Amino acid sequence: MPARLIVGIDGHPSGERALDFAVTQARLIGECDLVVAYIIEWSPYAFQTAEENAQRHRRREEEISTVQTRVITPAVERLSKEGLAATGIVRHGDVADALNTIAREQGATQIIVARASEGGFSKRIFGSSTHNLVRGADVPVTVVK
Amino acid sequence: MKKLAFATAASLAAAPASAQESLGLDARVNEIFAQATGPFVNFIFAPLYGTDFPWIVLWLVVAASVFSLYFGFVQFRYFGHAIRLVKGDYTNPNDAGEVSHFQALATALSGTVGLGNIAGVAVAVGIGGPGATFWMILAGLLGMASKFTECTLGVKYRNEYPDGSVSGGPMYYMSKGFRELGLPGGGLLAILFSVFCILGALGGGNMFQANQAHAQISGIVGDYPGWITGIVFAAVVFTVIVGGIKSIARVTEKVVPFMGILYVGAALIILIMEYDKIGWAFGQIFAGAFTGLGVAGGLVGALIQGFKRAAFSNEAGVGSAAIAHSAVRTNEPITEGFVSLLEPLIDTVVICTMTALVITISGQLIMDPATGRFVLNEAGSAISTIDGNTGVALTSAAFGTSIGWFPYVLAVAVVLFAFSTMISWSYYGLKAWTYLFGEGRVKELVFKVIFCGFIIVGAAANLGPVIDFSDAAIFSMAVVNIFALYFLMRLVRRELNSYGARLSRGEIARYKG
Repeated sequence: MPARLIVGIDGHPSGERALDFAVTQARLIGECDLVVAYIIEWSPYAFQTAEENAQRHRRREEEISTVQTRVITPAVERLSKEGLAATGIVRHGDVADALNTIAREQGATQIIVARASEGGFSKRIFGSSTHNLVRGADVPVTVVK
Repeated sequence: MKKLAFATAASLAAAPASAQESLGLDARVNEIFAQATGPFVNFIFAPLYGTDFPWIVLWLVVAASVFSLYFGFVQFRYFGHAIRLVKGDYTNPNDAGEVSHFQALATALSGTVGLGNIAGVAVAVGIGGPGATFWMILAGLLGMASKFTECTLGVKYRNEYPDGSVSGGPMYYMSKGFRELGLPGGGLLAILFSVFCILGALGGGNMFQANQAHAQISGIVGDYPGWITGIVFAAVVFTVIVGGIKSIARVTEKVVPFMGILYVGAALIILIMEYDKIGWAFGQIFAGAFTGLGVAGGLVGALIQGFKRAAFSNEAGVGSAAIAHSAVRTNEPITEGFVSLLEPLIDTVVICTMTALVITISGQLIMDPATGRFVLNEAGSAISTIDGNTGVALTSAAFGTSIGWFPYVLAVAVVLFAFSTMISWSYYGLKAWTYLFGEGRVKELVFKVIFCGFIIVGAAANLGPVIDFSDAAIFSMAVVNIFALYFLMRLVRRELNSYGARLSRGEIARYKG
């Protein structure tokens, strides 16, 4: 059974660094496939207007489609060109929770993410998704600079 | 209420000429408005033959009782399940990104929690005495079953369009549900409901809000013409609903829950500070519920006020919640019914009771120490208060008795609640409008401009005519909605029996907890 790596990307250059590292790892492992995952930050406890709720299903489809076209498909194509087996997943949710869930569902041996380049005040206060992932993941996590 | 409307009109006519001149535009707006809406208000609040009891109040109470009995007190049997649904225990993780039960509930609550809880309760307690609170709580508990019925139907018969957007509400379950049962008249009911929903949106969802927001602001910065507040509010609402400046609405939607928590927190602090009076206050509530304690209209006055203000606050049976809840993502419409029954509980049983307790404990209502009965004002229409305050000003003064600076926070909360309720009701009204006239940019713009115009009228008019029209408009929605619910409730029971059986067999997938 081949090893499976989850690569969390966010459309920023940091995601590319995570992909680069994953490619290197996959080649070293040999029999290995990759799952490229993009998590759209979403909380079921956020407050919305009635109009936003009425449009939500449509917006969700648009969000998934946009990410699929602009981020996931190019990443999977790049990995395929490099001769690696790769698939893509787009989900809504809490980034750390969702990546960990995907890793469990896919039977992955490792999660690879890049350290977020953009810190910001809120991340300093509430902690970043990367920190939460490292703290709570069920499989080893590699954080690429 | 009818008497109050007449009293207001009479006092307006008797006002000295100089005072009328100083009121200027506001007085003219008020006079025209009171005359124009009088017949409609009088019909809705007409008393039952040979009594003082408005038929509409009986209509709401009977409906809530019938639904409670028909569904075997679903509000208590499925209360725990409702909490688990809101927590997301039964939400499929693959539906992440869709409207959750929590979000649908929060959106509906932000449309109902507001001035009804602050000003409406003060009106109820000011006229009906603390005893009105007992009837308000009872109405809240029974109203949970009405909300359950309408919101289940709202989701079951919503329209889902090819582009993924949804439209739901009583007009949809009236037309589709009646057709499914092979009953005639569903289309007509839907049209009637839509007309009343538009009036309700312009009344309780707009003018009452603008009116009380102005009362609150002018209470702090000093008296000034209401149309000025109206124009400012209208301009901001216009930028949101016409200009599409969603950021203002988003900020409000985030601040409003915070203000709600702050309001309940302040009420709790006051109750803790005055803990020795809580027992006495509940004594007043129970005694007043059955004796009236000398308030306007006695026992019946307390009951009428309690039920009226509860219905106005939590909107159970009115049909508005069915519009708000219909966007949830679920394959089981009844789950949203369970979630929605929490609304009257939070809105009325918890928040309204807090307000009523604070007002009662504050001593703002003047009581004759010799008799232990409340002292009525000169017209005999309400209990005298220390500064003659009514509505939101009475609540503000009551909170100010214990926390001196709280009226300022309350003023901000009232303005935000008013704004949030207006945004919600502009959507409900728009859905009814588009049901009647069809979708389209120009048609929608016409409604939105009318909606903004009524904000100015609401801020300029006196409380009496505005509150009468707002009540009448909201309750007229309930007339049509409840009539339809009596025919459609068997469809809900079918859903309830099926879901209940599957839940007890463990066939309803649980993902957490």
